[in-house]
Amino acid sequence: MTNGQRIIGLHLGLLVVLFALQFLLPAYHHGNMARIMVLASYAIGYNILFGYTGLLSLGHALFFAAGMYGLSLTIQHAGFTPAPALLAGVIAGIMVSAGLAFLALRTTGVAFMIVTLMFAQAGYLTILYFAEYTRGDEGFVIQAGQRLLWGIDLSDPTNRYFAAFTLFALCLLASLALVRSPFGRTLVAIRENEERVTMLGYNTFAHKLAAMVISGTLSAAAGATYGLLFGYAGASFASVQYSIFPLLWVLLGGAGTVLGPFIGTLFMFYLIDLSSGITTAYMLIAGVTLVLLTLFAPQGLIGELRRRVWRWLP
Amino acid sequence: MTLLSTRSLSKHFDGLSAVSNLDFDLPKGQVRALIGPNGAGKTTLVSMICGRLAPSSGKVIFEGRDITHLPAHKRVCLGIAYTFQITSVFPRLTARENVALAARRHLPKAKVQPAVEDALKRVGLQDRIDEDAGNLSYGHQRLLETAMGFVQQPRLLILDEPTQGLADNEIDNFKALINDLRKTTTILLIEHNMSVVMELADRVTVLNFGETLAEGTPQEIHENATVQAAYLGTG
Repeated sequence: MTNGQRIIGLHLGLLVVLFALQFLLPAYHHGNMARIMVLASYAIGYNILFGYTGLLSLGHALFFAAGMYGLSLTIQHAGFTPAPALLAGVIAGIMVSAGLAFLALRTTGVAFMIVTLMFAQAGYLTILYFAEYTRGDEGFVIQAGQRLLWGIDLSDPTNRYFAAFTLFALCLLASLALVRSPFGRTLVAIRENEERVTMLGYNTFAHKLAAMVISGTLSAAAGATYGLLFGYAGASFASVQYSIFPLLWVLLGGAGTVLGPFIGTLFMFYLIDLSSGITTAYMLIAGVTLVLLTLFAPQGLIGELRRRVWRWLP
Repeated sequence: MTLLSTRSLSKHFDGLSAVSNLDFDLPKGQVRALIGPNGAGKTTLVSMICGRLAPSSGKVIFEGRDITHLPAHKRVCLGIAYTFQITSVFPRLTARENVALAARRHLPKAKVQPAVEDALKRVGLQDRIDEDAGNLSYGHQRLLETAMGFVQQPRLLILDEPTQGLADNEIDNFKALINDLRKTTTILLIEHNMSVVMELADRVTVLNFGETLAEGTPQEIHENATVQAAYLGTG
């Protein structure tokens, strides 16, 4: 078997397992898994910029929220049906990420982190400021009747699982295709040594700009889907916490691996879920586990797997 | 025909003048060696030619076109390839991927892998093709760097101290490689190894304190008393 076949087999295999799980999982985990797949799609978007291009953004909540509000505001105030509203969310993500990329990519390193963080905070405050439309922190519910996509009721758990799965499958396969393409390989090279890439004749600014827009667009698609599937939009999704989450998920799962974002999200979700069943001080358990992981698997779970066993993992 | 020239090219770092008012002409098809003591301004000069450094004043002209204000990546696309003095390969990527990155920009997809394999074979790294570049010895990284330069099929190949850290037999291979490349490419070579300069260069330019001290055939430079005093230290 060639490495290419192994890679395709492994990723399609995961999708098959996730598809089959919807028939096997008990209701509670079924709901969790739908949520994990949407959040993992967000992490996949984040990973394109952080894991593959080497740009650490602290402002991705802005893109997630752009998608979520692009969808929910058009449903709530413009009477959109879900399909065009989803599109509105994605377009909002493209515009916001392109705008921020033009400004933030003039900086590098710590300055890039600060600029992205500040713009995301500005976005968060904007949502609070226009509370008349957004209902600020409290947020608003998207009614079940407004969540019929081509006649499919997305408040129904099975439909919701399938919609989350569809989004996740698209993001995973897009990410896989991207990192195996010449463009994706150039991004990795930029991460490793940007000046050398310039001196090979590549326009690194254009590459980073494209990477940031792709990353922002996937994040926005996840945000829009999240709002649509779980029927709620609130300002907390634009807060700094939601910029830190994907960073954490990606680091735990393995930055610069295609499967890492999913594994990291899954791991973190159930770590908190299980530890909160044991004690109210669940963050203590989660914290210790994270410290241990950082000590013994500094490249994340999939990153370690790649380093030790499967060198061919993309 | 002149491929590259500079006119009154200068670079100042604060008070220090690294290159001053330099007029330099390189005809097409030549192998030119650029020599001079440490700090003479050799790397500064080629950095301005390939766009890594902006000059303080003066012009860079490539194939009749003023490229002084062109960003580095566009100059590379015009056919100026630069290999770094301080080895600057991608350590966590394989030797194959390092060269493929250089080849992919100008070659159609189907021709990339054959070109990569050929380039690595020509520098003698065919057995290490799938090794991470960071695991190669220093000398092999220099050769990889050179392969990343010529696989771009540049019009002008700038090699900044390519033989540093190479063993004697590797230097012999390197000389053979340059003798092969000179048929198709103009080469500007910064080099400290005098045997390499004497054997390979058509002409030699000697820089000292950012100015041209002398220019001529290797033989003329070898016999030039001023150069000997400044550089060869046999005066």
